[in-house]
Amino acid sequence: MNAIQAKIGEPPVSDELALVQAAKEGDVGAFEELVRRYDRNVFRIAQHITQNREDAEDVVQDAFLKAYGNLNQFQGQSKFYTWLVRIAVNEALMKLRRRRPERTVSLDEDVKTEEDSLPREVADWGPNPEQQYSQAELGEILTRTIQGLPASFRTVFVLRDVEGLSTEETASALDLSIPAVKSRLLRARLQLRERLSRYFQRRPGADGTKHESGDGTQ
Amino acid sequence: MKCSEFLHELTNYLDGMIDDRTRAELEDHLAWCHNCYVVCDTTKKTIEIYRDSKLYELPEDLRTRLRTAIVSKCQARKKAGPEHA
Repeated sequence: MNAIQAKIGEPPVSDELALVQAAKEGDVGAFEELVRRYDRNVFRIAQHITQNREDAEDVVQDAFLKAYGNLNQFQGQSKFYTWLVRIAVNEALMKLRRRRPERTVSLDEDVKTEEDSLPREVADWGPNPEQQYSQAELGEILTRTIQGLPASFRTVFVLRDVEGLSTEETASALDLSIPAVKSRLLRARLQLRERLSRYFQRRPGADGTKHESGDGTQ
Repeated sequence: MKCSEFLHELTNYLDGMIDDRTRAELEDHLAWCHNCYVVCDTTKKTIEIYRDSKLYELPEDLRTRLRTAIVSKCQARKKAGPEHA
């Protein structure tokens, strides 16, 4: 089985540093180019965390404005995008806390032990499971499934697996240790897999084979 | 190798972040353990489905509206001077 490949090619860092430098010197056009480069990513991250469209719109504005106001704090030790993601995640978590004051939302929350992530259901999926559903149905399934994860797992999964940040960049953006990122990522992936299995597992008779439920891990 | 040990290394394996020896041990386990093979394969599919999904795409009209608002606020701050930035 091959390793998962990264999704997006990255823009050249030197070009990006030049844009950041120009923006620091007051070139709003250069900053606008940085907004164009990353607004989609920030929106996606914000909506995954807040689970609310209006909040995500606010986060896009607030995060970019905060970045603009603090450009002098950006020293170029990390990539601009990692620095921006860190700001956006903080803004999004603040929104989430405001909306759900009854629940403390923290990236440090450790909801379950590792044993709880061990697969209970080991059923194979059909060959192209996502094609069993319309685009709209699939979107609904994926949204509902990821929304069921604790915020701390969801955020790590989105940064690593959807946005393609490295483990180190994710750790830096979230102020977590590398082992903490890896542990949350493993649990997020296994929990999503388990939940998606309800929708994607091979149907009895669908391809002439009989469905057999697995009996768990050994 | 036990299944729990395999699962412990699953993320590193899927991300290609393991040494050759551990990889060989994991692949040996995968060759005979059907459950772990299924978990590994469907976890990989889970990641790919989310990565390729169009969840939360930013619509172009909203994108323009947000960018215009951001840029105009940046310009206002610039005019107000560095102490307000």
